[in-house]
Amino acid sequence: MQRSLKIEITVGLFMLVGLICMGYLAIQMGDVNLLGKQTYALKARFTSVSGLKEGSFVEAAGVRVGKVSKIEFDTGKYLATVTMEINNAVKVQEDATASIRTAGIIGDKFVKISPGGSETYLEPGMEIYETEPSINLEELISKYIFEK
Amino acid sequence: MVIVDKWVDFLIRLGRSGLFLFTVFVRSLLPPYRIYPLIKQIYFIGARSLLVILISGAFVGMVVALQFHDTLVRFGSVSLLGSAVGLSLIRELGPVLTALMVIGRAGSSICAEISIMRNEQQIDALECMAIDTYRFLIAPRIFAGIISVPLLTAIFIVVGILGGYFVGVILFEVSPGAYFEGMYETVLWRDIVMGFTKSVVFGLLIVWIATIKGFYLHLEKNAFGSEGVSRVTTDAVVISSIAVLCSDYLVSAIIL
Repeated sequence: MQRSLKIEITVGLFMLVGLICMGYLAIQMGDVNLLGKQTYALKARFTSVSGLKEGSFVEAAGVRVGKVSKIEFDTGKYLATVTMEINNAVKVQEDATASIRTAGIIGDKFVKISPGGSETYLEPGMEIYETEPSINLEELISKYIFEK
Repeated sequence: MVIVDKWVDFLIRLGRSGLFLFTVFVRSLLPPYRIYPLIKQIYFIGARSLLVILISGAFVGMVVALQFHDTLVRFGSVSLLGSAVGLSLIRELGPVLTALMVIGRAGSSICAEISIMRNEQQIDALECMAIDTYRFLIAPRIFAGIISVPLLTAIFIVVGILGGYFVGVILFEVSPGAYFEGMYETVLWRDIVMGFTKSVVFGLLIVWIATIKGFYLHLEKNAFGSEGVSRVTTDAVVISSIAVLCSDYLVSAIIL
């Protein structure tokens, strides 16, 4: 009896520690929201999102305020539709501008949100109309070389 | 003809392994369910491996941080250290190294135990008493493997991340915020899913190969007595290590 209790306690302890580690990995790193959604979705259409990935950051004034959750191709208008998950605390004006920028010269692409002047804020699911596509360094260079 | 015989032999082994696993799963569906043998096996496979996993996890995390720090310094991007350590541990090193440690510690001894039972005709004796050996001997070990290996992997990863923290932040003075925030932001849900899918697959593979090698000792050619046991155990360790590394690539390719 004594022996079997010892085994049970050890196994219990082992499983507890293992589950805590799993929970830590899942919640801290995997962004599993146990407490409901703390973000809302906004859309924006770009003529080019080259280099942007799902999971790329959304920044406002250099601070990370969300992530890109989905990138789709709009066949009708030949545009890229980007869905972003923005933190609930961050409000975006209806005339704000979304532009795709690069961190450093060869760094990752991210979406930069520049504020507008309007008093009305975008509701979840709405679209940011002012957009600037990603700048392709190679295209710029070839433009400079060949269009002289 | 020798080549044909070898292929037929291989097919027979493969079919036997598949049927073996199928029988174990089907027979363990029926009540009564006994929890205690399972707990005993989790104790053996999981809890007793804890020390090995803690030590190896800490040192693997430390060496990964050391190597990445040395490399990243050359590119001036030391702030990526946390992401590099986290990603490599969660996606590859954690599951694979945990599986290899479990093979060395538990897989070999499971195979030796079962093959000695077969060798001493204990399994025949159990069958004479109408005890279902699949349920009694094999099922607890297989389920314990599937439960223990992911838990051990999680512990390995967390300890590895802390080991990396020790080297990166305390020895090389990378900012702790950059280490953890970088890691939290780069690691995606998909990476975690990949790591744990791997560890479940590995847990199953390790115990499956170990038990099947031991259980069918009497069907091996030229494997008698203690020599047979030692040969089968070596085979089990080699085959399960290779199976872990091959299935590692397969699972990664499927999930990516």
